[in-house]
Amino acid sequence: MPRTSALAEADRLMTVCNSCRYCEGLCAVFPAMEMRRSFTDGDLSYFANLCHGCGACYYDCQFSPPHEFNVNVPRNLAQVRADSYQAYAWPRACAGLFARNGLAISVIAAVAVALFILGFVAADDPAALFATAGGPGAFYRLMPHNAMVVLFGGAFLYAILALAMGVRSFWRDIGEPAGTLAEPGSLWQATRDAGSLRYLDGGGVGCMNDEAQTPDRRRLFHHLTFYGFLLCFAATCVATLYHYLLGREAPYPWYDLPVLLGTLGGLGLAVGPAGLLALRQRRDPVLQDETRRGMDVAFLVMLFLTSVSGLLLLVLRAGAAMEILLALHLGIVFSLFITMPYGKFVHGIYRFAALVRYARERRSLSGHG
Amino acid sequence: MVDLTRPYDVLVIGGGNAALCAAISARRTGATVLVLEAAPKFYRGGNTRHTRNMRCAHDSATDTLTGPYTEEEFWDDLLRVTAGNTDEELARFMIHESKDMLHWIVKQGVRFQPSLGGTLSLGRTNSFFLGGGRAMLNALYMTAEQLGIDVLYDAEVVDLDIRDGMFLSAAIERDGARIPVRASSLVAASGGFEANIEWLKQSWGDVAENFLIRGTPYNRGTVLKLLLDRGVEQIGDPTQCHAVAIDARAPKFDGGIITRLDCVVFGIVVNKHARRFYDEGEDVWPKRYAIWGRLVAGQPDQIAYIVYDATSSELFMPSLYPAIEAPTVRALAGTLGLDPDALEATVRTFNDAVRPGTFDHTILDDCRTEGLDPPKTHWARPIRVAPFYAYPVRPGITFTYLGTRVNRQARMVMSGGTPAANMFAAGEIMAGNVLGRGYAAGMGMTIGSVFGRVAGREAAANAKN
Repeated sequence: MPRTSALAEADRLMTVCNSCRYCEGLCAVFPAMEMRRSFTDGDLSYFANLCHGCGACYYDCQFSPPHEFNVNVPRNLAQVRADSYQAYAWPRACAGLFARNGLAISVIAAVAVALFILGFVAADDPAALFATAGGPGAFYRLMPHNAMVVLFGGAFLYAILALAMGVRSFWRDIGEPAGTLAEPGSLWQATRDAGSLRYLDGGGVGCMNDEAQTPDRRRLFHHLTFYGFLLCFAATCVATLYHYLLGREAPYPWYDLPVLLGTLGGLGLAVGPAGLLALRQRRDPVLQDETRRGMDVAFLVMLFLTSVSGLLLLVLRAGAAMEILLALHLGIVFSLFITMPYGKFVHGIYRFAALVRYARERRSLSGHG
Repeated sequence: MVDLTRPYDVLVIGGGNAALCAAISARRTGATVLVLEAAPKFYRGGNTRHTRNMRCAHDSATDTLTGPYTEEEFWDDLLRVTAGNTDEELARFMIHESKDMLHWIVKQGVRFQPSLGGTLSLGRTNSFFLGGGRAMLNALYMTAEQLGIDVLYDAEVVDLDIRDGMFLSAAIERDGARIPVRASSLVAASGGFEANIEWLKQSWGDVAENFLIRGTPYNRGTVLKLLLDRGVEQIGDPTQCHAVAIDARAPKFDGGIITRLDCVVFGIVVNKHARRFYDEGEDVWPKRYAIWGRLVAGQPDQIAYIVYDATSSELFMPSLYPAIEAPTVRALAGTLGLDPDALEATVRTFNDAVRPGTFDHTILDDCRTEGLDPPKTHWARPIRVAPFYAYPVRPGITFTYLGTRVNRQARMVMSGGTPAANMFAAGEIMAGNVLGRGYAAGMGMTIGSVFGRVAGREAAANAKN
């Protein structure tokens, strides 16, 4: 990625931190820094994506503002991180979506929802849009299952391709051999670290929002969000298997596995993003890259709308609002999929990749690599 | 809002580790406590801000300590670094109390971590604060607040009313007005006078103008001076301070740990006339660390330059400012503003005197000079591989030794030997009782925590009687 003022500042900060090292027990960033004497732009991008933004190093630092050394690592690495998302975006033409991400995501979502409604209306009798319909196959009378699979499968595959290309750029930029991504030990360590949000706790005191270490529930809400997302994804997978292997068509009864997984996940995906959104509003502004507020908010809102529209669909699927809710839900999910590579979603991908590299570096350092 | 019209049981002056330990320990026995910190909130805590660990005796390894460190071994270390300049009874008392401190301080919210990376050599003896000294302070302040201790910032004590060894009141200045503060007992935990250049000049002369102060500008020793003027017996050499060589480009105050340089052994050190003046290979860290500040203070304009070459450029920990680099020794002299002929001659003479040996910077190796004055007795390697590097260094003052005499209760002792009625001291202001000279990592915090805890307890008991 090009040398930005944020990268220049990161270089300065890491030089300060590397001559202090008091924060080395807080997270992975500082031990990774200590393995180096000087920092390439790739190194800094790696640190930025390794940083979980817990904030502990800011309040622990004797050189944070108003000290003249002006050390604010969480904010700077948040800037470098967001810059890196843009720099690694694929295809390059889409990188601009990160510039005003909140607006871009909103427009895409609105257009997607509108298209689904229009599509339903065009394909069907407009009156049917508000007609009562239920039972197996009810959804597919509005949109044929194959069309749904092609559209969503395509969007999903596209997202995976774009994300993979982004990781490729990231991996090249930080100068890590491709083979690391195939090391079971590093992958497993990174999975555990990411799955437990090991580094979102300031070394044990929890996510910090002030000097007094007031309890911060970011980790809890993030777990609800992430595992809620996984459960919803699992629900979709199970439903797909039902459809093709068992020939059972949605909607399924409330006690069936896809609905149970989806409901549970949906609840997590509603409470989690709502909590994260509320905490974000309360978070000390000094820690945040305020210019990227739109990106954070857009992603959380999209997740929240996905789960809420899905849950509403579940509750009201037998009623007159089913069609409009389905169009709404599908529109939101579709836009969530296609914007995955161009929004806050990528943070999880790059952070996981950074954790894989960190796991490899740790093992190399301790001689077991 | 803090109500200064009501008298407190215990007044604690200072805002660092010793002060907070005293305040918390007093409050935990039920006393009402006011803490007066001269610094603004961000700079609270004096030198504690810049600390990282404390040295406590322990009989077995723990989660964060790699092995036992017995009281006897601690005592031996203390005896060695102070060259006997200590009060054995008080020192042994402190060492004994330090054992429980590992538990007590954790109960006050402080967290430890195992030592990592560059500090492994201290992993057995010293307990490292997770996140460093400011994190430790944050934890203590949070506990203090939860316990209902009142804290005032920007509250420098400018006067003390003391009669016949009895503290009556203190005065602070706020918005141009003098406000009296009354309490039944006093704990003075307000540090030394290292940031008071005028005071340093009394011993060092104008030389002190060129000193850099490693901590905040608030360590002015105002309370120490008031106490000594009001009849408390002094202890420690009034002219001495702990001085290390730090990067000359560091800010005047509060550069902290990141401006220290530990590359003296890898090259030569010259003064502004490009002449060497001391054996750079005399001893290992930390002994050499603590002598170079004083050595540089003795050179003209209190400036010196560590000169080394590409061979050594990655052998020591990085520091804040980059080394000054040049393709030739001559060019390096030009950049540093030194006489190029003189620096070339010094380097040439040094290189010619270096005898072959096996370089190992972790031990006192056999690389030395012959026929050179002053010699370099270890780690001597010729300086001839470009590029050439230099760090400008100045004396960096960490703390001062002058203090108030105390007894085992941390109670101040008046001139003539009578214990003060209701005055106690803890931390750097009384460190000289235990640490008459020298230093070993983590001892300042041990003195602060142990005597802070004792002082708070005793001051609270005193207030109740």
